[in-house]
Amino acid sequence: MSKEWPLWEVFIRGQHGMSHRHVGSLHAADSEHAIKNARDVYTRRNEGVSIWVVEAEQITASSPSDKGPMYDPARDKVYRHPTFYDIPDEVGKM
Amino acid sequence: MAGTSNPTQIDGQLFEFLLRQGDNVLVLGHRTSEWCGVAPALEEDIALTNTALDLIGQTQLWLGYAGEVEGKGRSANDLAFLRDVYDFRNVLMLEVPNEDFGRTLMRQFLFDAFQVPWLTALCASSNQNVADIAAKSVKEAIYHLDRSTETVIALGDGTEESNARMQSALDYLWPYVGELFGEDDVDKAMHEAGVAPMPATLRGDWETTVNSTLSQACLTLPDSKFAHSGGRTGFRHTEHLGHMLATMQTLQRSYPGAAW
Amino acid sequence: MYAQMVKSEATKDDPAKLAAFQVRIDAGEKIEPKDWMPEGYRKTLIRQVGQHAHSEIVGQLPEGNWITRAPTLERKANLLAKVQDEAGHGLYLYCAAETLGVSRDEMTEMLLDGRMKYSSIFNYPTLTWADMGAVGWLVDGAAIMNQVPLQRTSYGPYARAMVRVCKEESFHQRQGFHIMMAMVNGNAEQKRMAQDALNRTWYPALMMFGPSDKDSVHSSQSMAWKIKINTNDELRQKFVDETVPQAEYLGLTIPDEGLTWNEETGHYDYTEPDWNEFFDVISGNGPCNVDRLSARQKAWDDGAWLRDAMTAHAAKKATRNLAAE
Repeated sequence: MSKEWPLWEVFIRGQHGMSHRHVGSLHAADSEHAIKNARDVYTRRNEGVSIWVVEAEQITASSPSDKGPMYDPARDKVYRHPTFYDIPDEVGKM
Repeated sequence: MAGTSNPTQIDGQLFEFLLRQGDNVLVLGHRTSEWCGVAPALEEDIALTNTALDLIGQTQLWLGYAGEVEGKGRSANDLAFLRDVYDFRNVLMLEVPNEDFGRTLMRQFLFDAFQVPWLTALCASSNQNVADIAAKSVKEAIYHLDRSTETVIALGDGTEESNARMQSALDYLWPYVGELFGEDDVDKAMHEAGVAPMPATLRGDWETTVNSTLSQACLTLPDSKFAHSGGRTGFRHTEHLGHMLATMQTLQRSYPGAAW
Repeated sequence: MYAQMVKSEATKDDPAKLAAFQVRIDAGEKIEPKDWMPEGYRKTLIRQVGQHAHSEIVGQLPEGNWITRAPTLERKANLLAKVQDEAGHGLYLYCAAETLGVSRDEMTEMLLDGRMKYSSIFNYPTLTWADMGAVGWLVDGAAIMNQVPLQRTSYGPYARAMVRVCKEESFHQRQGFHIMMAMVNGNAEQKRMAQDALNRTWYPALMMFGPSDKDSVHSSQSMAWKIKINTNDELRQKFVDETVPQAEYLGLTIPDEGLTWNEETGHYDYTEPDWNEFFDVISGNGPCNVDRLSARQKAWDDGAWLRDAMTAHAAKKATRNLAAE
């Protein structure tokens, strides 16, 4: 078997000014080929106005076993959310 | 014939002109659609099908308008499915078989390199319908050219085998490219009416694109200046067109008048 | 279904880990590629998602058979877009399977040498244009029954692929039904074609769900893992119940004399397909098995030079860019 085209992750920004969002993957020989393939595979229904591709191998992912130390400490920081602060109704919208 | 201003004659020539535009994309759209499901990689399969879908959409516009201009109540489908070989007006290059994916892409590139400047010029047509169809089509053609250029370069540059295949595709197709730049009475009438430029005037632009791409693709431009003709006039198509139409038209021919 | 008779793999993992894994599944958590998973879960998923992907790709062939003969430009565009979607769905599913540690090329090789299967339905021929109607209406209709619940499957990449597939697939069944409507409103020959296509497609469509699995060990393991959401019989019954009124609307007769409405159960009673035929087809003796696989083999072999050339060009380009820096 000959060498397979590498795997790329595809990120697309939709029509409404949102951030690029991961939509899926594909194979391509290099980055330019990947952009074109992404256009042809992932924007057939008018889904996007901008495409990013990243070779899957280049992505560093957090480890699932670190879940506790990584994410639990953020749980009790309720003061980062607006609902933490009681403001009397008569102050109006804030 | 050229230079007359008889409106019926102009309409007749406009009809011919529109058939040339419509049949080119009809026939190429059909050939590219033959790859759906059997292309060398899923990504290429999907991409080439996008091209086929664009071309079918363009066919509906060109032939739909051709039917209106003709004024005999024929629809785009009537024109696509109920004319025989001698009434087709596509250039011969587009009807020859796909052969391998390399030849399919080489043909696509040689045609796209013509279509982009051609449709760009047609956007300024004195005929508003022609200008509108061109404006919609040219965006598609620019992407097709972009993709086919990159693929031709990659395949020409890739391996010894791919280079040999692309060279042989180029050698096979080369005698057919000259027909794109014809200059007959229909071309002259369209030019005089401000509908379209003379195709021959685009040759310079086309050669610039082609030379630069083929040199990056490590391919050699064939020496021969010989050009087959007979497609865009309908005088003499290749044998391949008849087989394509036999397939394409089978249901419309076998069940006359049926609605599908 | 697109993944039929998928055997679940026995798992020899640490019972404590297995129990913890099951807790996650039961809590509705999604399993992601880097998470710990039982070896059996991984292997079963590879087999199932791979088979699903292969079915999409082989499934391009019977409909691809009519692209060049579509009767109008509109129908040609609709059909092309649909068959193209199948390539897309195969692509999404292969990518989902690749997160489990098997490459697309490896899966392709396994399809071609018979180690992996695809759905029995694609081993039947498409003989007339009405088959484009029947396939869209019945085959895609049956597929949707299975795919909609799979959007909730426990493996994240598979679930996400199914969300995308279901979103795109919504037009496929309608496209087929639309063709059928034109046929039954057409001339006598077209009506005959429509009935003939239904006659040939009905039982193969019922077989898509696979034989009854209510007592199957494999099925219950897969259901515990939420790789499989419903039993084959549940889905088949749902399909029959939804399809019968549609056939009535078309004025077509479902080729089953035993088909009757059962007041008590609130479902249609129907005749089981001939499961001997089903086992013949999945063991390689369907009407088109050999042709389908050889078409895939040819496409794979014929495309090798191109795939290699793109790789070689990318490598040369990278070297040139490096030299230029």
